[in-house]
Amino acid sequence: MDFSLMQRVFPFFVEAAFVTIEITALALVLGLVAAALAAAAKMSRSAPLRTIGTLYVSLFRGTPCLIQLFVLYFGGPQVGINLEPFAAGVIGLGLNIGAYMAESIRGALVAVDRGQIEAARTIGFSRFQTLRKVVLPQAARLMIRPLGVNTVALLKGSALVSTISVVELTYTAQRFIGSTYKPFEIFGIAALLYMIMVYAVARVVDMLDKRFAIV
Amino acid sequence: MSMQRPMVEVRGARKSFGAAEVLKGIDLSVDRGQIVAVIGPSGSGKSTLLRSINHLEALDSGEVWLDGMQVNQPLHGQAFERHINKVRQQMGMVFQHFNLFPHLTVLDNITMGPVILKGMSKSEAHALAHGLLSKVGLADKIDAYPSRLSGGQKQRVAIARALAMQPKVMLFDEATSALDPELVDEVNAVMKKLAAEHMTMLIVTHEMRFAGEVADRVLFMDGGVVVEEGPPSEMFRAPQKERTRTFLKKYLSA
Repeated sequence: MDFSLMQRVFPFFVEAAFVTIEITALALVLGLVAAALAAAAKMSRSAPLRTIGTLYVSLFRGTPCLIQLFVLYFGGPQVGINLEPFAAGVIGLGLNIGAYMAESIRGALVAVDRGQIEAARTIGFSRFQTLRKVVLPQAARLMIRPLGVNTVALLKGSALVSTISVVELTYTAQRFIGSTYKPFEIFGIAALLYMIMVYAVARVVDMLDKRFAIV
Repeated sequence: MSMQRPMVEVRGARKSFGAAEVLKGIDLSVDRGQIVAVIGPSGSGKSTLLRSINHLEALDSGEVWLDGMQVNQPLHGQAFERHINKVRQQMGMVFQHFNLFPHLTVLDNITMGPVILKGMSKSEAHALAHGLLSKVGLADKIDAYPSRLSGGQKQRVAIARALAMQPKVMLFDEATSALDPELVDEVNAVMKKLAAEHMTMLIVTHEMRFAGEVADRVLFMDGGVVVEEGPPSEMFRAPQKERTRTFLKKYLSA
């Protein structure tokens, strides 16, 4: 193992890891918004909305994320969508993880005991008040873990955007292979940094889980 | 008294779930301050009848009236939504499985309705909750979460929560069926207290002895119809219909 090489390139990798964090964070925000909308659409009383929600979720869960990124980045210009690699990466990853997160949110909402809704409605609360005051506070706790799993998947999946030339952690590693021919050390550093980031996400999820626990 | 309009009235209630007709034309009338117990075997339709009164189940046909106002008015969309939310505020419902809100304290469970729906101030609502909890014997649990309570305590809090809206009628859907036998009495005692205060109550129950003690009138339902009804003294001692006799024999001998 070439430790001096590892030491030398490490700062570049840390910098690249911050790009990975940035792209993951932005895709997470986009994904959560898309997921909330898609979950609401799927649970809506309007049939067209339900169809739209279902289509979105099946499309993005039913095809490889890599293909989605390629269609957006390479296919986009053909239909007038010209995106920078970074923007294409955020949008592609965000829409992809949004489909998974929609199911996490929906799962948590339907897991709240039906009797809770009945109790709130019999007191006289509207559908919206029932959702906001009774269902969501209980569902929030139930969706923390699944959304955490989705976020970890997003973080690791962000490596895919290296294929559309976003200069993040995986892309940086590949670039250093060409000049060093030391794939074990180079990819090892990348793996280590991914692990540290995944660990950090897991800790945040644990914290949120405790914070929202129902005693 | 006879001129007074009933507090709750059901006319020709019909309801099917798929191919199964669970209510086959039920008529029911509960006067102000009256206590009516509905008994009958599982699947007789008694819970569906109770749930149709506050529109948890929508009838296929028939009418439900509360104190001169039709509950299942032929309105649609938001108009019906607004109407039913107003009507439900005037009816308290107690469920077999309590359905307390686990993320809220006992206090918030009770005050949530009056504060949000009636605009009651927090301090006023706190006093109300304290009074109601004293009535059900749980004033010391005001800051507890439901998970810290026994089944009997939960059900007493659920009753307090329903009473907080100052309902015109209380609907009890097998309120003691999920309780351990030794906890049943504490809930029954609270219901008797309400009876003594002339609360209008409609009680679906499996407990014949309690029904006999507290009810002014008992309805026996079977197969989606009211087979027989009358004061408990007559119903339990000298039922007229064979089906009633068979049912009561099984229960009273047990």
